[in-house]
Amino acid sequence: MVRMNNVTKVYDSSGTVALDGVDLSIDEGEFVFLVGPSGSGKTTIMKLITGEIHANSGDITVNDFDMMKIKRRKLPKMRRTLGVIFQDYRLIENMTVYDNVAFAMRVVGASNKEISKRVPYVLELVGLEGREKRLPNELSGGEQQRVAIARALVNSPRMIVADEPTGNLDPVRSLELMLLFEKINEMGTTILVVTHEKELVNAFSKRVVTIDGGHVISDGMDGYYSYEI
Amino acid sequence: MTEWMGITAMKFSRGGYLIGEGFRSIGKHGFMSFASVTIIMACLIIMGSVSLLSVNIDALIKDLEDQNEVVAFVNEELTDDEAVALEEKITAVDNVESAEFVSRELAMDNFFDNYDSYVMEGIDSTVFRHRYVIHLTDIALMSQTTEDLMSVDGVAKVRAHIEYADIFVTIRNVVSIVSLVLIVILVFVSVFIMSNTIKLATFNRREEIAIMKMVGANNGFIRLPFIVEGLTLGLIGGCLAFIAEWGVYELLTGKIISTVAGSFIRVVPFSNVAVPVLICYLGTGILVGVFGGVNAIRNYLKV
Repeated sequence: MVRMNNVTKVYDSSGTVALDGVDLSIDEGEFVFLVGPSGSGKTTIMKLITGEIHANSGDITVNDFDMMKIKRRKLPKMRRTLGVIFQDYRLIENMTVYDNVAFAMRVVGASNKEISKRVPYVLELVGLEGREKRLPNELSGGEQQRVAIARALVNSPRMIVADEPTGNLDPVRSLELMLLFEKINEMGTTILVVTHEKELVNAFSKRVVTIDGGHVISDGMDGYYSYEI
Repeated sequence: MTEWMGITAMKFSRGGYLIGEGFRSIGKHGFMSFASVTIIMACLIIMGSVSLLSVNIDALIKDLEDQNEVVAFVNEELTDDEAVALEEKITAVDNVESAEFVSRELAMDNFFDNYDSYVMEGIDSTVFRHRYVIHLTDIALMSQTTEDLMSVDGVAKVRAHIEYADIFVTIRNVVSIVSLVLIVILVFVSVFIMSNTIKLATFNRREEIAIMKMVGANNGFIRLPFIVEGLTLGLIGGCLAFIAEWGVYELLTGKIISTVAGSFIRVVPFSNVAVPVLICYLGTGILVGVFGGVNAIRNYLKV
C-alpha cells in the first residue's frame, strides 16, 4: 500500500524539481503501471518508495511505514515488505541462482530448513527449475530477470516494485514477464511496474498512472496508455 | 520457551552463515585478499624493524651507561670495620642500584694491574683509600646522587663522570624521540596504505552491498562477513610478518655477531622480544584488518 500526498522532491545538487505536489495512492492487491518520459519523475517515485531518498515535503506512507519520519535503522524492516526489481537485474555475480534467492531469506533470518523448502518453490513459480546451480552470467537476460523476480518474491512481500523490468528483454520475453507479474498479482501481491513500453502496457487492462514534469497528468483504471512518448 | 529456542537457533544459523561468508569471501576475492595480507605484512615488518633497531640501540646505551661508575672514597679516619659498615648507608641513598666495597689493598692491586709496578715501587696500601664502586639506577640523576653521597657521613670524596652521563642521557633521549617519531609516522603511513588497500578490495563489492541493502539487510548483517574477513586477513598478515621478521632478525644479527662489531656490540636475542613482537603484530593486524574493513564499507552502507 502506498499513499503519497502533495509530495515534493528537489535534488540539492542540481536544484532540479523532480516531483511537485504529487498525489498517488496504490491499494493492497492492485496492479499499477507508472509511465512517463525520461526525467519525468518515475525513478524519483521509486526511490521514495524504497527509501533510497527522502522527500522535501508532503506525506508518504509505504506498507504502514511513515517514510517522512522513518529512522535509518528501521529502513531494512520496511524494505523487507517490498520486493524490488531493476532493469539491470542486480544479481550477485559470484552467487548461484539458488544462493541469490536464498540470500534474501537469510537477510530476514530464515532457517536453512525454511530456505531449502521455499527457494525451490519460488524458482519453480518463475520457471527456473533446473537452473539452481547456474551463475547469473550463464543465463539469458529473461532468465536473469526471473531470478530477480524470484528473489523479490521469496519473502512474500506485500508489494513488488519493478523499475523498467523489461528494458533489456525482447518483446516475447517482456510479455512472458508481464504475465508472470499478473500471476503474482493474482496471488495477492501488489505490483507497481515502471515502464516505457506502450504496447506492453496496452496489452494489459490495468491501472496506468502517467507522470510528466514532476506532476501526475493522468490516472486511469482502463489500462489506456494516455501519454504519447 | 519453544519460541525463544527457535529464535536462538535462527540467530545461530544466520551467524554461522555470515561467519562462513567471511571465510568464503577470502577465497572468492583471492587476489585482493593476497594484496591485503602482503601490505599488512610489509607495513608490520617495516614498523617492527624500526622498533627492534630502537630496542637494540637502547640496550647498547644501557650497557655503556652501566660501565659509567661512581666511586665514593671512604674517610681515612674510619676503621676497616666502619668502612665496611658504610655500605648500608650508601645503598640507602636514592638512585643507588648497587654498591661494591673495594678495600684499599684490592684498590692497590687493581692500580698495579694497570701500571708497571716498578714505577710504584715502595708504595704501600695505606696510600689508597677504601672505596665503593657504585652503579646508579638512572644516570640522568647522577649529579643529584653525587651530592647525596657526599652528604653521607664517612664519605670523603665522590668521583663521577657527570659530563659522560649527560652525553649518554642526551643520546638516549634523542634515540627515543627519533624512534618514537619514526614509529608514529610509520604507523600512520601503514594504516593509510592498509586502509586504502582494503578500500580497493571492497570497492568492487559496493554493488553487492547495495543489493544487500535493497533486499532489507541491516548494517550488522552486511558488516559481519567483512569483520570476519578483515580479522582473518589481519591475523594471517600478522603471523606471516612475525615469521618473516624473526628470520630477517636472526639473519642480520648472525651477520653482525660474526663480524668485528660483534665483539663489542651486544645484540638483544629475538627470544627476549618474541612475545611482545608477536602480540603487537597480531594486535595491529587484527585492528587494521577489522577497522580497515568496516571503515571501507562505511560509505556504501549509507543507502
